[in-house]
Amino acid sequence: MKVWVAHLAVLAVLGVLLAVLPAYHATNLARILTLAVFATGYNLAFGYTGLLSLGHALFFAAGVYGAALPVTYWGLSPLPAIGLGCLAGGGLAALVGLLALRTAGVSFMIVTLMFAQAGYLTLLYFGQITGGDEGLVMPDATALIPGLSPDTARAVIAFTLFAVALLLSLAVIRSRLGRVMVAMRENEERSRMLGYNPFTVKLSALVLSGLFAGAAGAGYALLFGYAGASFATIQYSILPMLWVLMGGAGTTLGPLLGTAAMFYLVDGAARITTATLLVVGVALVLLILFAPKGILGTIRERGARWIP
Amino acid sequence: MKKELLVPSRRSVLKGMGAGIVASAFPGYTWAQSSASIKLGFQLHRTGIGAAYGRWYERTAQAALKVVNDAGGINGRPVEILFEDDATDPKRGAEVVEKLANDGCDLIFGPLFSHVVIGSAPRAGELKIPYLVCSEGYHVASGMLNRWTLQPGITDVRSQVSSMAPWVAANLGKKVTMVYPDYAFGYDHRDFFTEAIKAQGGEVIAQIAIPPTETTFTRYLPQIPAETEVLYHVMVGPAVLTFVKELGDFYGSGARPQIFGFIDSLEAVDTASPGLEFLEGTYFWEAMNRVKQDGQSEAETAYRAAVGVDDNGASVTDAADVSTYSHMFSVWETLHTIKAGMEAAGYQSTADRQKFVEALEAMTTMAEGPGNPQGDKVFNGKTHQVFGHQNISQVTGGKMMRVHRTSIEDGQYPDAVDYTTMSF
Repeated sequence: MKVWVAHLAVLAVLGVLLAVLPAYHATNLARILTLAVFATGYNLAFGYTGLLSLGHALFFAAGVYGAALPVTYWGLSPLPAIGLGCLAGGGLAALVGLLALRTAGVSFMIVTLMFAQAGYLTLLYFGQITGGDEGLVMPDATALIPGLSPDTARAVIAFTLFAVALLLSLAVIRSRLGRVMVAMRENEERSRMLGYNPFTVKLSALVLSGLFAGAAGAGYALLFGYAGASFATIQYSILPMLWVLMGGAGTTLGPLLGTAAMFYLVDGAARITTATLLVVGVALVLLILFAPKGILGTIRERGARWIP
Repeated sequence: MKKELLVPSRRSVLKGMGAGIVASAFPGYTWAQSSASIKLGFQLHRTGIGAAYGRWYERTAQAALKVVNDAGGINGRPVEILFEDDATDPKRGAEVVEKLANDGCDLIFGPLFSHVVIGSAPRAGELKIPYLVCSEGYHVASGMLNRWTLQPGITDVRSQVSSMAPWVAANLGKKVTMVYPDYAFGYDHRDFFTEAIKAQGGEVIAQIAIPPTETTFTRYLPQIPAETEVLYHVMVGPAVLTFVKELGDFYGSGARPQIFGFIDSLEAVDTASPGLEFLEGTYFWEAMNRVKQDGQSEAETAYRAAVGVDDNGASVTDAADVSTYSHMFSVWETLHTIKAGMEAAGYQSTADRQKFVEALEAMTTMAEGPGNPQGDKVFNGKTHQVFGHQNISQVTGGKMMRVHRTSIEDGQYPDAVDYTTMSF
């Protein structure tokens, strides 16, 4: 109970922040929340199930285009399009999972990376439809929720997406499936001996993760007006991993914390130095050296054991 | 004691990191502001694939800024430019637009890469901040963007490509084989040149698209039909060096078709580099001649000196640092157009942004001179796109010497959009 209350309280704080922050930071927060959905999904696979995927850009991009193409070519309205993007991400994750989960460890990383790269090249190949490397401009954000200003609509949608993602992820990890996911991460052989099928558990985790990534991609494209093949590049497979590592893998709120920290780290560093990636790199090295469990993971280790 | 110094405790490092993150969260608010100055945001490709361009775009912007300020600024007010790196990434690009707008910039200008422009323009339109791109993409005039996005400093690729066709057909040949990168930039070349050469009675007999991941081209070269009279190539990135070398190996010292390329392949690259000998005698499109030509205008002489480029097109301080001369003038010309537009609109504050856009839309011609050293221009207020002269150069003794300068009309095409009918 305490855990649910804590999470609802975090959501309440986020809602208040969206309402009271200056416009610039409120929009940044909307970006962070949308990307945190991606990170939260990644965390289900990586943080809780131990699946280190390097192909999540594919699921994110599936969401981007799953929403962008129907909106562009069939004039679908944005909200159902987000649903389609979510399904596209989950569907593709199921497909990739069926094949990639025959491998594990480093092989799994490589196979997922290859799938994502193939996805990226496919987007370029069908450039006439997808806009390829240049991309597509999404309709005016005033269409997001008729009657609401773009900024308000963006805040509402980003908040809703994140709230659903956070509560869903909490529900999953506290469920029977969630406990088995953790068991797989900790000791796959022992879990198998106890009668659990690693393949189905891992596939479920990957599909859930893909649904989250798809929803985030769809949301990002529609809220911020752009869909392009760059969302399928390796960068977007690495980023969610970094966000999760920074915030704390295997903690429900870590992905949000990591996404926000990384966003402002890059944003602040860009004004001081051209070597923004170096700053990010140093931050990560320090993290691995002194707080290998990430921000929230370390706090949990140091006493706040109740953090899920 | 020593150990403590070298190995800080986890707690102290976390504390420090936390403080760093919090401090870095509000950089915009620590930036000194002067109420009297006009603030221009510059979306800069300082890192990422556009960095070679970005370096020169920044230098050009600084040089233009100095000239404008020395001449009294804009409307008598000093001008400052706030540069922000977009990492040549469309997602970061949109964030940078947001950040510069939040920092109180009167407008934003400067991006080159198409995907950054397309990723950022929607947000600029929503924030109702003028967004002046130096991108040469056809995305502005195609109608893809919005009323707040304009391209007054450089002719777009459709116009550049189309204007080459008459001279190529008349002087090099009519049977053309095109080699281009297999993505949007390449498709603009493929589509518009194919159409333009047809209008000149020529034809494109083969189109060879090279996937962006390719690092060697030997398997594509045999696809060039033997009857090819002109080989039209446009490659970007470091692969161009390999491409030229392999092309040289392919033809050897035997007969070869005429070769015509776009300088985009070799911006920031010295044409006298080892391995590029095969380019001798071939032709290039240049928006502005990198190498000083006979009869260089006074305006260009002043421009060349101001941006610190020598007679060969390299930095005056480092002969190996070759400029992006055929693109960077757009930053100079855009800044001067900003000055002209703001003064025409009586621009006082961000409340006058719409008036500024309307003033630009009302512009029709820009005379060659200190503000437009590349040449005179025609601005189309409806499509938000400028049109100018283009040059064709031949590599002679390792240097690109002009053999033809197009008319502005050579590059004009029917309007695809009328932005002035769109709401602000």
